[in-house]
Amino acid sequence: MSGGVGVITFPGSNGDVDALHALRDDIGVPARLVDHRETDLAGFGALVLPGGFSYGDYLRSGAIARFAPVVEPLRAFAARGGPVLGICNGFQVLTEAHLLPGALLRNRTLRFHCHWTHVRVETAATPWTADLDEGDVLRLPVAHGDGAYYADDETVARLEAEGRVVARYCDAEGRVGGEANANGSVAAIAGVASPGGNVVGLMPHPERATDPLLGGDDGLRMLRAALTMVAAQV
Amino acid sequence: MAIAPGAWREVALSDAEYERILGLLGREPTPVELGMFGAMWSEHCGYKHSRPLLKTLPTEAPWVLEGPGENAGAVDVGDGLAVVFKVESHNHPSAVEPYEGAATGVGGIVRDIFTMGARPVALLDSLRFGPLELARNRYLFDNVVGGIGGYGNCLGIPTVGGEVFFDRSFNGNPLVNAMCVGVAPHDRLTRAGASGVGNLLMLIGADTGRDGLHGATFASVDDPESSHRGVVQVGNPFLEKLLLEACLELLEGDGVVAMQDLGAAGLTSSTVECASRGGVGAEIDVDRVPRRESGMTPYEVMLSESQERMLLVVRPEGEGRVRDVVRRWSLHADVIGHVTDDGMVRVRDGEAVVAEVPAELFTDACPTYVRDAAEPAEAAERRRFDPSTLSDLTEDDEAPGSVGAALLVLLASPNVASRRPVYGRYDHTIQTSTVVPPGAGDAAVVRLRGTRRGIATAIDCNSRWCGLDPELGARHAVAEACRNVACAGGRPLAATNCLNFGNPERPAGYFQLSRAVAGMGAACRALGVPVVSGNVSLYNETAESAVLPTPTVGVVGVLDDVTRHATMAWREGDAVLLLGSGVPQLGGSEYLAQGHDRVAGSPPPLDLDAELALQKLVQGAVADGLLRTAHDCGQGGLAVALAEMAIVSSVGCVVGEAPPPGATGRTDERWLGEAATRVVVALSEADVPALAARCEAAGVASHRLGRAGGDRLNLAGASIAVDAARGAWATVLGPIDG
Repeated sequence: MSGGVGVITFPGSNGDVDALHALRDDIGVPARLVDHRETDLAGFGALVLPGGFSYGDYLRSGAIARFAPVVEPLRAFAARGGPVLGICNGFQVLTEAHLLPGALLRNRTLRFHCHWTHVRVETAATPWTADLDEGDVLRLPVAHGDGAYYADDETVARLEAEGRVVARYCDAEGRVGGEANANGSVAAIAGVASPGGNVVGLMPHPERATDPLLGGDDGLRMLRAALTMVAAQV
Repeated sequence: MAIAPGAWREVALSDAEYERILGLLGREPTPVELGMFGAMWSEHCGYKHSRPLLKTLPTEAPWVLEGPGENAGAVDVGDGLAVVFKVESHNHPSAVEPYEGAATGVGGIVRDIFTMGARPVALLDSLRFGPLELARNRYLFDNVVGGIGGYGNCLGIPTVGGEVFFDRSFNGNPLVNAMCVGVAPHDRLTRAGASGVGNLLMLIGADTGRDGLHGATFASVDDPESSHRGVVQVGNPFLEKLLLEACLELLEGDGVVAMQDLGAAGLTSSTVECASRGGVGAEIDVDRVPRRESGMTPYEVMLSESQERMLLVVRPEGEGRVRDVVRRWSLHADVIGHVTDDGMVRVRDGEAVVAEVPAELFTDACPTYVRDAAEPAEAAERRRFDPSTLSDLTEDDEAPGSVGAALLVLLASPNVASRRPVYGRYDHTIQTSTVVPPGAGDAAVVRLRGTRRGIATAIDCNSRWCGLDPELGARHAVAEACRNVACAGGRPLAATNCLNFGNPERPAGYFQLSRAVAGMGAACRALGVPVVSGNVSLYNETAESAVLPTPTVGVVGVLDDVTRHATMAWREGDAVLLLGSGVPQLGGSEYLAQGHDRVAGSPPPLDLDAELALQKLVQGAVADGLLRTAHDCGQGGLAVALAEMAIVSSVGCVVGEAPPPGATGRTDERWLGEAATRVVVALSEADVPALAARCEAAGVASHRLGRAGGDRLNLAGASIAVDAARGAWATVLGPIDG
């Protein structure tokens, strides 16, 4: 019996309930919140690390959350090939935990940004983009202060070569970079994947783009992949 | 310990007030008692000058679940849900330490909402600054906005609306009013009154430090900057997030009978409020209060304004559950006292009793004052202004002296320009319920998950009009906030107010305060919106000047079907109409201020019956699905309203018909003059007859202006590219990100 999708709540997470609603109510996949002290994740078909300000982001975004008890079993889950999606602060936690390369730096404007953006899907070879095609353009909200993806040249070259750049900021027509890269991410990178592709970090918020009433529902196109993951789980 | 002569003045008590305390107690107060009196009898806690005035405001309606007196007001919105809301000022702290002052202002108002058992779902802010040309004002503006975002974003509460206005009177006296809206099932609403003799008083959240000592008294004297820099509190939004979740979880189960947050005057006011609202006594031991600093005296513990703390009244058998829940949220809980039956507030320091005063002496016995009121001669003089001495504008392309040229200047006014440089720094998509985000409509619309309903909310006040005529200006503040809610499709239910004024001990200050409250009451009665919560901030003045009187009004309305709402965006081909009988005039207008550097004339008159008819018509047409586009004519008048609609839609318009003339027939007043009771709507041509029939039946004036379409704004003989209008307007307040 599948445990569905686990949404991990760290102290200070605030996108956990939004992710739960998106998965459970909008997609219709079984999902529940997972406390940061839980250590048995074996039953889940997929895990989501939500947005927010874990531990206040006081030291560095995500830097304290990586020491939470749930992170070691998360690591094991990922090592077994389990699908993991880190959104915003969740992405920051995954880089701090070295489950993903690089880091999220302060936005180049030094200001918090909240707006809708477009991202171009750069690979369908992750469980989270399997229902999408390379070149698809999604319209999603961003809300972050530390959103500028950074990795050194060598790492970025490797990510590009291995097809692990998952999404890039673009305009409505899919033209990458320029003013669309508002936070100043290197190579306009909005999301990256682990070597196996199963761990994905994404700065924009697919769980907030779930209803035309809220300004768009492109997030569902990505999150629907969770149905497949949970169905595929033995 | 004896009280040194004059020591009461240190806590902002007058000689007469100290005499009163001696009489009430029949003895000298202890030093701790004196500090507690100073805080509780401050303007901030005791409402000395405002209480007699506030009593005149309407507070009741069948849908009001909780009026003033609790931590926040509450109204029924149907489906068993209550909407809980309040606005509060943090002006003085923000003048001194803008980032932390604004941040802790948000923290305080959010606690007021979840103390009531409601989950906060929206924040709004009403801000006032001096002109941005002064570096100090730019610093205050940037850091206030940063502090609001820093706190609200971390809590995960969307900031969905607000207003910001610039005027010289706010040099050195910025206003920072934060409003929070929460939602709770009716049966979850929690009151603050303690009950049940023997019940425990438990303190949860942050440890207590020396920060914010005397905050309440400092907010009640002139010119904070010269006196009290060290008293501003420092916020910890992460801790507040944990406290929020812990408190809401505690209220889901049994055991907690009441909750009171520690805001101004900290443990003193929370203990006194718990006891006096419950008609009981309370005994606490400061020795059991966890500290973050060593060597704190009982006086300091009682007066500390450390943030993110909450006092719980807990049945003895509930203590274990409280500890369990609080521990799960990485917090700790401490029993610091209990409820007694003797009506006394008793403070112990271990064995020693350091304060013992009947609770009612801190509250009911607080003196109230009715002062002499006299209109400032300067305001009366300004009102006598005659606009016929000014040269009029022409309807001549965009040539100098034309309406078109003046419109571009107005769009670049800090009071008109895009607010996106502000709200772009606030998370407004968190909680995935923001249906009409900031900048899109006249009010924010937030859906209520699990129902078809939504709420619309707006906060407004034209400070300039209130300065020229506080009574009329306050009427307009109520009407404008209601109109904005109605334009979005919400049925206005109730209001919250924040009275920002100068020194009430001066006749001019008391005149403004008393006249504004009278006007507010009249408008609230006429429009059917009781005032269910609020806050008063007086003494907003420096040696140089007092602030323009600013009675901020926040209104919440309900949409029975949230999918039927309106924004200011029109569509290609829509018919554009002006509804309402408001007659534009130049008095107190943004055009007069920007174009002629004059703050003068009388604000426009306000016919509350006509206003109500217009609001009902627009709200009804939106709720019935007939209208999707409605926009109030605010600062800058009709031309600015049309330009804003074009910019937001990226669709121009052709105004082929002359709009109705203004009070004197001048061209400038027709296009740029201001009035209440005017709404621009746009709808498909096929629906125009249905709307016209409704207007006819309701006796609401309707005037065809033209048609939306193209990429230019064609009005008053001018033809301005929508992109050019956007260019003038977009980045006046700061850069736009993304």
